[in-house]
Amino acid sequence: MTRYSRRTLLKAGAAFAGASTIGFPAIVSAQAARIKIGHLVPLTGFLGAIGSYAQLGVKMAAEEINASGGIMGKQIDLMSEDSVNPATASTKAQRMIEQDGAVLLFGEISSASSLTIMQVAERNKKVFFSTGARSDALRGKDCNRYSFHCDIPNTVMVNAVGTALKQKGMVKGKKFVTLTADYIFGHDLLKAAKAFFSANEATLIGDELIATDVTDFSPYLLKVRQAKPDVVCCNLAGNQVTNLVKQYAEFGLPYPLVGFNLNTGDAWAMGEGNLSGTWPTVWYHTLDNPASRAFVEAFSKKHGKPPENHAWIEYITLKMIAQAITETKSTESDALIAYFEKQTQFDIMKARKAYFRSWDHQLVQEAYPFTVKPKNEMKDKWDMLVLGEAVPAAGAELESIYPTKTQNPCNMKA
Amino acid sequence: MQFGFLLEQVVNGLVLGGYYLLIALGLSLIFSVGGIVNLAHGAFYALGAYISVEITKYLGFGSAVVLSPVAVGLLGILFERFILRRFYDADPILSLLVTFSLAMVTEQAIRIIWGAPPISAGIPQALRGSVFLGDFLFSRYRLLILAVVAVVLVGVWLLLHKTSFGRVVRAGIQRPDMVAALGIRLQPYMTAIVMLGVGMAALGGAFFAPITIVHPAMGAEIITVAFVVVVIGGLGSFWGVVLAAMLVGVVRGITIHFAPAAGEASIYVLMFLVLLVRPRGLLGERIEKFE
Repeated sequence: MTRYSRRTLLKAGAAFAGASTIGFPAIVSAQAARIKIGHLVPLTGFLGAIGSYAQLGVKMAAEEINASGGIMGKQIDLMSEDSVNPATASTKAQRMIEQDGAVLLFGEISSASSLTIMQVAERNKKVFFSTGARSDALRGKDCNRYSFHCDIPNTVMVNAVGTALKQKGMVKGKKFVTLTADYIFGHDLLKAAKAFFSANEATLIGDELIATDVTDFSPYLLKVRQAKPDVVCCNLAGNQVTNLVKQYAEFGLPYPLVGFNLNTGDAWAMGEGNLSGTWPTVWYHTLDNPASRAFVEAFSKKHGKPPENHAWIEYITLKMIAQAITETKSTESDALIAYFEKQTQFDIMKARKAYFRSWDHQLVQEAYPFTVKPKNEMKDKWDMLVLGEAVPAAGAELESIYPTKTQNPCNMKA
Repeated sequence: MQFGFLLEQVVNGLVLGGYYLLIALGLSLIFSVGGIVNLAHGAFYALGAYISVEITKYLGFGSAVVLSPVAVGLLGILFERFILRRFYDADPILSLLVTFSLAMVTEQAIRIIWGAPPISAGIPQALRGSVFLGDFLFSRYRLLILAVVAVVLVGVWLLLHKTSFGRVVRAGIQRPDMVAALGIRLQPYMTAIVMLGVGMAALGGAFFAPITIVHPAMGAEIITVAFVVVVIGGLGSFWGVVLAAMLVGVVRGITIHFAPAAGEASIYVLMFLVLLVRPRGLLGERIEKFE
C-alpha cells in the first residue's frame, strides 16, 4: 500500500532546488539517480497478518541501505504494495516493471501469487526474488531462470519436523490425519508429507482439503474425531493455522497436533496456552549469533516487538540484492543472475552461511524444528518457542535436507 | 454409526448458526427500522472483539463480554445520531456508500491503534474442552455461546412483541407516516435499535475473539456471511433470520462432512437456490418498505 515514489520525488525536488541555488550540480545528478525496486506482499486476506511483518522488514532494510549512502551512491526507491491475490499480483508486477521502471522485483508469501509473478518476471526478463513462498513446485517443475527462492521449501519443512517426530517415536506405525490448505502450497506440502509418511511406515487415514477463507473448523474437528488418528497434522497456511490451533484447544481433542508449516506471526496470534506440538521454522528471533542479535535489537527498538520470520526474510533479501548490485555494479538481469549462480555465500544470521543453488535457484540454508515453551518459562508473549537443533545436523551437508537433482524436476531454459 | 456423526454435525451446525445469528439479526433490525443496509456492521463486530480482548487483560473474560457490547452500543448511539440519521430518507445508495466508508475507516483505525498483526486471545481455562453426551461431543465454549444466543434471542423477541417500545418499533417499520401522525417521534426508537443491533454484533465479536483470529479485517470477513443469512431469511424478518442462520450452519456442516472442498461454497449455493424459489427470502414477504 505504501508508495514511496511521490514522497521521494518531493524530496528529490527539494534537494534539486536547494542544491542548484548553492550550485553543486554534481550532487544533484547523484541524488536524482535512483534504483527502483518493486516489492509485493499480501496485506489483505489469510496471509495479510504475516504480510504486515514482511513489510516492516523490507522498509527497515531500505532505510538502512539509504541511510548508509544507498547502493553505489544511489538511493533505493522502494515501491511496496499489497499483492492481494494471484491475478492482482501479476498485474501489479507487470505495471511495476513496465511503467514504474523497477529494475527487479521481490517479495510475496502466497505460492499461488508467487507463481504468477514468476511468469511476469520471465516474460520481461527481470529478476524476481520470491521471499516467502514455500511450494516445492516453484523451484521444481515451474522454475525459471529469472526467479530465485529465499524461504525453505515444503520438503525441508517436512524433513525438519519429521526428523524431530521420528526421535519421539511419533511416526513409525502411526495413523495420521492431515488438514491441508486447498491451493498450490497446501497440495504441494501434502505431496511432501505423503512421501515422508510412506518412507517412514506411517499411514495416512484421512485428509481434508480446506479452503483458504475458512474461519470455523468445528465440522473438520468432528471429522478428525471420527477418524480417531494417532497424530493430527496441520498443513494449513496463514490465518488458517491460527484459527485451527485456537479451535483445537477449544475442543480439547486428545490427539497430538503437529504441523509441517507455521510462521511465528501466526503462533503469536494464537493466545496463551493454545499451541503445542512440534513445528518447523526458518528463523526465530532468539537465534543466538551477533548478526541476528543486532537485527532483533534494532527492529524491536523501532517497532516495540521482535521481528517475525517474514520481517527477517525480506530484510536479508534486500540486503543480498544490495550486495549483488554493489559488487556487479549493475542492475542488469544477466549480471545479477550470474552473480547468484556463482553460489556466492551470504550471512543470513544463522550459524552457517547460505547460498542460492545454481541449478534451481533456491536458497540453501538451515531450518529448525521447534516445540512450545511452558507458560511459566516465557520471558514475554513473543518468547513462546523452544528451537530444536538446526537441521541438517552440524557437519552434515546443507543440501542433504533439500531435494536432489533427480528428485527436483527443475529444468531452466538457458 | 454414520447417522450418529451426521447428527453431531447437525447439532454443531445449529451452534454455528447461533454464532451467525448474533451478527445477522442486528443487521436485519437496522435495515427494517431505518431502511439502511449497514455495511459497517462488520466493523462493530471487529471493535467488539478488540475491545473485549483489551478488557479481558484487566478485568477478565466475564466482564469483557458484558462491557465490550455496552461500549460498542454507546458508539452505536453516536453512529445513529451523527451519521445514519441523515440518510433515512435519502437514496439508499448514499447510505451504502457512507456505511462502506465507515467500515474502511474503522478497519484503518484498528490498524493504527492495535497494529496490523493480529492480537492474541484465548479461552479461559475453565471453559476449554468438550462435553460428552453419550457419544456426542460438544465444545463447552460453544454450548455457552448457544445459551447466550438463546437468551438474547428471547430477549429481543420479547422486547419487540411484548413491550410498548416494540409496538412502536414494529408500527414504525410498517407505517412510519402513521406513527408520525399519531405524534410519536421515531428518532429515539431508531437510536435504540441501532444501539441494540451493533451491540449484538459486538457481543458476537467478544465471544468469537477467543476462538478465531483477531485481526483488522475480521469485520469484512463476517459481514459476507451475515448478508447471506439475512438474504436467505428475508430482509427484515425476525424468524427468517433465525431460520436462515440455523440452515446455513447445518448445510455447511453437512457439506463439509461429505464434500469438504465444497464447504464454503455450500452457503452461496443455498442462497442461490432459495432466491430462485423465493426471491424475497424464506420468510421475507412481510417487508414492504421499498416496494
